[in-house]
Amino acid sequence: MTHILSWTIWLPIAAAFLLALFPRSAANTIKILGLFVSLATFVISLAMVQQFQEGIAAFQLVESMSWIPQWGIRYALGVDGISLWLVLLTTLLTPVVFLSSWNAIHKHPKEYVISFLIMEAAMIGVFVATDLVLFYVFFELTLLPMYLVIGVWGGAYRIYAAIKFFLFTVTGSLLMLLGIIYLGFLQFHQTGVWSFAITDFYGLGLPPHTQSILFGAFALAFAIKVPLFPLHTWLPDAHVEAPTGGSIILAGVMLKMGTYGFLRFVLPFFPDATAKYGPLIIALAVIGVIYGALVSWVQPDMKKLVAYSSVSHLGFCVLGIFAINQTAIEGSILQMVNHGLSTGALFLLVGVVYERRHTRMLADYGGIARTMPLYATFFVIAVLSSVGLPGLNGFVGEFLILAGSFKTQPVWTVVATTGVILAAIYLLWLVQRVFFGPIVNDENRHIPDIAWNEVAAMVPLVVLMVWIGVHPNTFLRKMAPSVEQLIATVERGRESGKAMLAKTPARRSPLAARLAEARQ
Amino acid sequence: MLNHLWLIPALPLLGFLLNGLFGKRLGNGFVSLVGPLSSFLSAVAGTVAVLQYHHQYPNGDRHVDVVYNWISSGGVGADLAFQLDPLSIVMLLVVTWVGFLIHLYSVGYMAHEEGYWRYFSYLNLFLAEMLVLVLGSSYLVMFVGWEGVGLCSYLLIGFYYDKDFAVAAGKKAFVVNRIGDFGFLVAMFLMFAYFGTVDFAKVSQIASGGVEPGLVTAICLLLFLGATGKSAQIPLYVWLPDAMAGPTPVSALIHAATMVTAGVYMIARPNALYRLAPDALMVVAIIGALTAIFAATIGIRQNDIKKVLAYSTVSQLGFMFIGVGVGAFTAGIFHLITHAFFKACLFLGSGSVIHAMSGEQDIRRMGGLWKKIPITAWTFLIATIAIAGFPPLSGFFSKDEILASALANPYFPDLGVWIWAIGTVAALFTAFYMFRLFFLTFGGSFRGTQEQEHHLHESPWTMTVPLVVLAAGSILGGALTVNHFLEHWLELPTFEVSPARAWLAMIASTIVAILGTWFAYALFGRRGLAADERFERRAPAVARTLENKYYVDEFYDEALVTPLERFSRFLWRGIDALIDGILALGGYVVAAVGDLLRFLQTGNVRNYALMFFVGVIVFIWIFA
Repeated sequence: MTHILSWTIWLPIAAAFLLALFPRSAANTIKILGLFVSLATFVISLAMVQQFQEGIAAFQLVESMSWIPQWGIRYALGVDGISLWLVLLTTLLTPVVFLSSWNAIHKHPKEYVISFLIMEAAMIGVFVATDLVLFYVFFELTLLPMYLVIGVWGGAYRIYAAIKFFLFTVTGSLLMLLGIIYLGFLQFHQTGVWSFAITDFYGLGLPPHTQSILFGAFALAFAIKVPLFPLHTWLPDAHVEAPTGGSIILAGVMLKMGTYGFLRFVLPFFPDATAKYGPLIIALAVIGVIYGALVSWVQPDMKKLVAYSSVSHLGFCVLGIFAINQTAIEGSILQMVNHGLSTGALFLLVGVVYERRHTRMLADYGGIARTMPLYATFFVIAVLSSVGLPGLNGFVGEFLILAGSFKTQPVWTVVATTGVILAAIYLLWLVQRVFFGPIVNDENRHIPDIAWNEVAAMVPLVVLMVWIGVHPNTFLRKMAPSVEQLIATVERGRESGKAMLAKTPARRSPLAARLAEARQ
Repeated sequence: MLNHLWLIPALPLLGFLLNGLFGKRLGNGFVSLVGPLSSFLSAVAGTVAVLQYHHQYPNGDRHVDVVYNWISSGGVGADLAFQLDPLSIVMLLVVTWVGFLIHLYSVGYMAHEEGYWRYFSYLNLFLAEMLVLVLGSSYLVMFVGWEGVGLCSYLLIGFYYDKDFAVAAGKKAFVVNRIGDFGFLVAMFLMFAYFGTVDFAKVSQIASGGVEPGLVTAICLLLFLGATGKSAQIPLYVWLPDAMAGPTPVSALIHAATMVTAGVYMIARPNALYRLAPDALMVVAIIGALTAIFAATIGIRQNDIKKVLAYSTVSQLGFMFIGVGVGAFTAGIFHLITHAFFKACLFLGSGSVIHAMSGEQDIRRMGGLWKKIPITAWTFLIATIAIAGFPPLSGFFSKDEILASALANPYFPDLGVWIWAIGTVAALFTAFYMFRLFFLTFGGSFRGTQEQEHHLHESPWTMTVPLVVLAAGSILGGALTVNHFLEHWLELPTFEVSPARAWLAMIASTIVAILGTWFAYALFGRRGLAADERFERRAPAVARTLENKYYVDEFYDEALVTPLERFSRFLWRGIDALIDGILALGGYVVAAVGDLLRFLQTGNVRNYALMFFVGVIVFIWIFA
């Protein structure tokens, strides 16, 4: 199979257009087709993993086609060790969403399925685009369906949450668009050829202050997406209002577009600025680890608790990225996948009881381990994965991040490690409050246990949790060369930056220079 | 077997899976077969491995069996590998055989409990994780077991999950242990950063090759923080007494004989590091001594039979830490072994008592059980004598060796005397509270209800056989010291104890054992509960403080938990709202600016001309 990456993007989009022609009354057929297409996409992505060769750092399975030749913009795709598992995560979570919301969506099921298929394609596009403009198109394309998913299928305050989500992310990404255009011009200025290929920006050797400006534009966009403290306040609202499927994708994949962006663009494009502002980002990430955990602990709403825990978990990922260390970055990438699995599972499971009881308040539950034993088992496994129990996936990611970061950022790492204690506090509190203790509320006496479709959605997640926990090398091996190359790029960039700085001391911006000249 | 060491933990793991997945459907018969059988097979496999090891490695070298490369990422990683050496063999034998006895006991004890299958699957999982802990060949693999036993402890403490206190106790255990794990984790980060490995032997080798002493001290202290969590030492001991909410066999296996001693193993295992860091050793010894006496005093005023034993466990663990802390690693491990026998015997005995008393745990409502449940009573008495430290029972030898070593230790001789003194006083209290427990439970006349009295019965054979075996162990355990057998076998570093000091310690130990017992007899053997009431009348403040465990839980709540929760609420309600407010303000500013700019778009040509003129002036001023 050639053009495998294109298949993963265009199959869902083609299916979405096809489904649009179906009558609304064919809801069941649409659901089945949606599930089928997402499973087919998953199978294709497995073929991608199978064809992906170990030991190669560069992009693989590349495709390239001219798109806007005047500007050198290409439809260029490729996958490397950094993006490989994120693609797989996306293709895995989409069928999980369809399965879990099989009986949950009564309003516009057709549009629901279409939204998620387009979202899937766009997210895969984000991870495999190797052209900056193409990346940006996909990056923005993810926004629209998610905006609709929250705004149409969300809870009582869905409009507020949807708009907040949209405004936050769009603010960041518009700045990034300016940055991309500026970068394009710089690239043209230096080489005389228009190109937006990601790899062409790696050796650009931008002067430090230009890097700082561009770093600001890119980092803001990704920091909002992750989200990094203090830009996280859109997240709890978006999650609480989003339908279960929306939350799974939002937490499972979309937040990783932020961390992925840091890795793919910010670090190698702006190595000097990374060195300069990295400590600030690390500080914010570690504050986020603690902050998210503490705020999680006092949430009365299960979903909000899980949402804030994402702030904490993603803080670990960002710490690992900016520690710029082989182990830490590998751990970060793994942890992105882990978080998708465990938090995806937790959102899914919170949705399960919400379906049945129409409340997410901790106080309304208690003792339901007795009424829903199988459900409780799944929930506890997801919690243990999230809390970082060795043998499950979360531990490996967290441990690698921390052990790696410790080499370059010992103090912040030690502070972040206390997050491990806090995670146990808020997650076990959740379990205790919801599942254990006597049943006080009579409505909790007869809740139907987890259903077939929900079990089917959970089983692959649990299998992967165990797999990654027991044999992480399956995943680490494939990412190692690309991460090595990334670190080499960052270090090379930093050295050439130093060399340049030595040659031309303190260059000012053209306008400032002109102004100073004029005043004389 | 030596090349299949993984089978030893894998067998109970299989039991866990079978019971967990099919136990509910296939019924109690299946569960009763799989649970104990898998633990028995594991014990047999372990023993076979030990015999083969003994044959193949007469010098006590380390045998490593690598299963596969578990994690490997940029210089950080470890194999999933198991090792056998004398120290892990001792732990292996204690864990598997005591574990098997307790599995057997549980068949009788838990027979009528709901969730029988769940109980056995957790218990099997515990055994598997505990074996990973003691057989792992690196700190990282040990950590897997370390966390795994913590999980099982959590699940088993909260086994009666519809009881609020049981679930809260389980969570408390997990969280407090996590504080210790923080230390363990950071210690491993240090090892990776400075040594590039977490393999036991390699770390010790590199550290002995000469590194920054501060680094070794830091690693040792961080590891010890982990040990204070798992082994319930000051300041993290608070979870263990609460852990008694779990089923009694669990208290015996996890919270007395095996898991809680993992911290002692954690000091003995890297003894090469600790010897390079005498400061860290001193901290271990001091914490051990303080915990030993602190918990012993609390034990005096507890009325729940399991709570007394729980505080006793905390105190005895303190003794073990004195042992390893003064550098007498063999003595610490020796006490770990003998304690596993007598404390498991005591806990299982208490289970038998509770079983007989139809669930009653308050010793004030017991009494006179000597004749009613003779096997339990006899075995309990034997174990009590052992823990009180009467020669020639096992507890005497191990405790005496610890105290004598404290007196003679070369690392901090001046302080050693004080540690010995504290330990000896703690031993006095030990004999006292244990015999108080014994007399109040078995002596005097029955104080419970008539219905309870009517139901009094000796336990079935599955319960009494383990009691008898463990009591025998409590008597004979001291034999390990004959001809310095254990010392030669373990080959842990040691030091000479001069005969004068050895005699002094031994005489003092014997005297305090007799004194403590005599006091207990004089007070509780003769007067029963009246003695407690008199204590309360004479020194009400002391009595109440001890009864309330020095109010440490209350202090932690007030000083740590509540402020942290308040702070978290402030972050949520205050900071988050503030951020949203600022951002909303940004939105309003944009809107307001837009409103202002609207005035510029007047459509009036004269205004536009004016702006154009001003612009030209500014431009000229800059560039001209």
